[in-house]
Amino acid sequence: MGATKSFWNFLPFVLGGIPVTIEVTFLAMAVALPVAFLLALGRRSHLGVLRWPASFVVELFRGSSSLVQLFWAFYVLPFFGINMPALVAGVLVLGINEGSYFSEVVRAALEAVSPGQREASITLGFSPFYRFFRITLPQALPLMIPPFGNALVTMLKFTSLVSLVTIQDLSFRANLAATSLGESGPIYGVIIIVYFLLALLLSGGSKLLERLVHRWVGRDLKTDVGGKRSSVPQWALGGGL
Amino acid sequence: MPYTGEPNVHLLRPELGPVPARSLVSMRGISKSYGDRKILDSIDLDVASGEKVALIGASGSGKTTILRLAIGLVKPDEGTIFIDGDYLWHEQGPNGLRPAGERHARKVRRSLGIVFQHFNLFPHMTALQNVREPLMHTLGLAREESDARAIDLLNQVGLGEHLGKRPSQLSGGQQQRVAIARSLALRPKVMLFDEVTSALDPELVGEVLRIMRELAHATDMSMLIVTHEISFAADIADRVLMFDAGKVIEAGPPEQVLKNPEHMRTRQFLRAILER
Amino acid sequence: MSGFAWDWHFAWSIVPFLLTGAKLTIIATVLGSVIAFVLGMVWALIRMTQIRILAPIVGLFVEFIRGTPLLIQLYFLFYVLPTWGMSMPALTTGVIGLGLFYSAYAAEIYRAGIEELPVGQWEAALTMGLPLRRVWLGIVLPQAVRTVLPVLGNQVVAMFKETALLSTITVMELLAQAKNIGSIEFRYVEPLTLAGLFYLTISYVAARGLRRLETTHAVHG
Repeated sequence: MGATKSFWNFLPFVLGGIPVTIEVTFLAMAVALPVAFLLALGRRSHLGVLRWPASFVVELFRGSSSLVQLFWAFYVLPFFGINMPALVAGVLVLGINEGSYFSEVVRAALEAVSPGQREASITLGFSPFYRFFRITLPQALPLMIPPFGNALVTMLKFTSLVSLVTIQDLSFRANLAATSLGESGPIYGVIIIVYFLLALLLSGGSKLLERLVHRWVGRDLKTDVGGKRSSVPQWALGGGL
Repeated sequence: MPYTGEPNVHLLRPELGPVPARSLVSMRGISKSYGDRKILDSIDLDVASGEKVALIGASGSGKTTILRLAIGLVKPDEGTIFIDGDYLWHEQGPNGLRPAGERHARKVRRSLGIVFQHFNLFPHMTALQNVREPLMHTLGLAREESDARAIDLLNQVGLGEHLGKRPSQLSGGQQQRVAIARSLALRPKVMLFDEVTSALDPELVGEVLRIMRELAHATDMSMLIVTHEISFAADIADRVLMFDAGKVIEAGPPEQVLKNPEHMRTRQFLRAILER
Repeated sequence: MSGFAWDWHFAWSIVPFLLTGAKLTIIATVLGSVIAFVLGMVWALIRMTQIRILAPIVGLFVEFIRGTPLLIQLYFLFYVLPTWGMSMPALTTGVIGLGLFYSAYAAEIYRAGIEELPVGQWEAALTMGLPLRRVWLGIVLPQAVRTVLPVLGNQVVAMFKETALLSTITVMELLAQAKNIGSIEFRYVEPLTLAGLFYLTISYVAARGLRRLETTHAVHG
């Protein structure tokens, strides 16, 4: 049948979007992580001049629709003279958006480190800088890994949005193929499975990372933020997309 | 010369002159409130070089706060603190004394060491690494030197066999001994002990007290010990201070305060605690 | 095109159109939430009572929905359902898509709420000789739901923001209206900014309200 023949012809083209999707996922995550740390540290700062902007960014990006943010970067910024390639705009918006959500995870993890650690460090003469990198962060990092896995999968799903601003990822190509074919079921069915498999891959990778970090930092640390009433589920469940 | 424990009245205000050399820790007119609860009410305290002072009293009476003030973890609402020749929260400016911040406090703090009730060991490091950290970072010693000193300290507290163990692999008593070794690493002149046996199972208390007893007898460090272990205090303290509702209601040698207290509250407290 | 100036007159003139879109946004959010909370409860109960055969299927289904993009799910429903004989207005499709997607999250939330219930509640209910259905309906679920109400509220806010995706399946909600105006007048700044502010204001106010709900709940236990 003509339709089936074309489906198999289109398939390589569609699947060629997988590297693009993965690339966008990792690039955006590479933006999201430093953003998350900066925002978290900013919000914990004693200096209002650091705290207010950080809170503002977090509330802004978490409070507005991610698609609107994407379109705003793509359609509106050029009017202000800011012209950037679609990929850059997409990666930045996704990165800052996800980074804003993840900054809450970072903050919760840093706060979960027992205050006695800070006191011991102060009384032993450690500088605040040293205290953060040698004492606080190694204890906070394992707490951030499971939510990081969630964030990675969320980011993967997020990237489908960039198909709407001309980036030729999996979703974009699927759309193109579907309109050309006139029959979209098989195409969308295939890529939904592809996304699922990618998500499983990323989840598995993050569990591996969890194990590695635990071994590096010491198996004995708490593996979740204080047991049942933890501050993390709220975020992990409410990320949307 | 026995120390009589009388407060030095010149020192109600820092502008009024230096503290006599015999006093390693000197607090004057210290008040501290949390919210509308006054924890400490205009306290004066002196610890001479080599002196062992025990602080006793009920929870919330202010004795733990005194330690945290001494090492600068909290700032007093009123009063001054003087450590081994320096004011903790003031420094000498061109026009006399002026308030100082964290950086100055960090320098002055070096003469003090503290052991916490809940150990506060670094869980992601071994016993050896815990003791080594201050040597390498704060004192800036090289790795070999730090290792050597750390091993020596851990041997002194009887944990030479447990260098590579993480805190979670050690008993409470062992963890507290590591904490003591860690605080000794900087060779402080004053050691503060904040109810260091209160969080331990009874059978582990003894090993920690033994170390403290050795420190008391073998070194000339001043020790400021907040404790509920009355017989221990009677044994090693030169002076005992009884805290109640933010004030020192009784002070003197252990024979006096612990065996023959004058104040009724002291008698009540001791009776309650010895009946445990 | 540099030296941009905000045109208040233009901005004011497009508000009615944007409001038309906003109406659909809100309708979609409300209907989608109802579907999500009801379906979510169904999934949660099936998984937790471990009904044979159904439970693992539902489990896989829920994981699948949570692990794939909402956008693709919407496309699938919009383009494929009609070929299976189910033709419906775009808004309906969108509402179903949103409801289905968020039902998967709601199921997780319910599960967490049920697991948080103190064991004593279960034991007390069973020793009172209540039938299992009564235990669930009368004791466990009401408490579990009350506990997770703020989290569910967050889901509503999240859904509200994601209604923007409905613009890709021809629903003329707020974002679609804004883009439409933008492409016709070739002025994107005002419509997109106004739309963005609408989402931002509503979700910010809602988030604050939820946070207050959360703390009063925590205080009263």
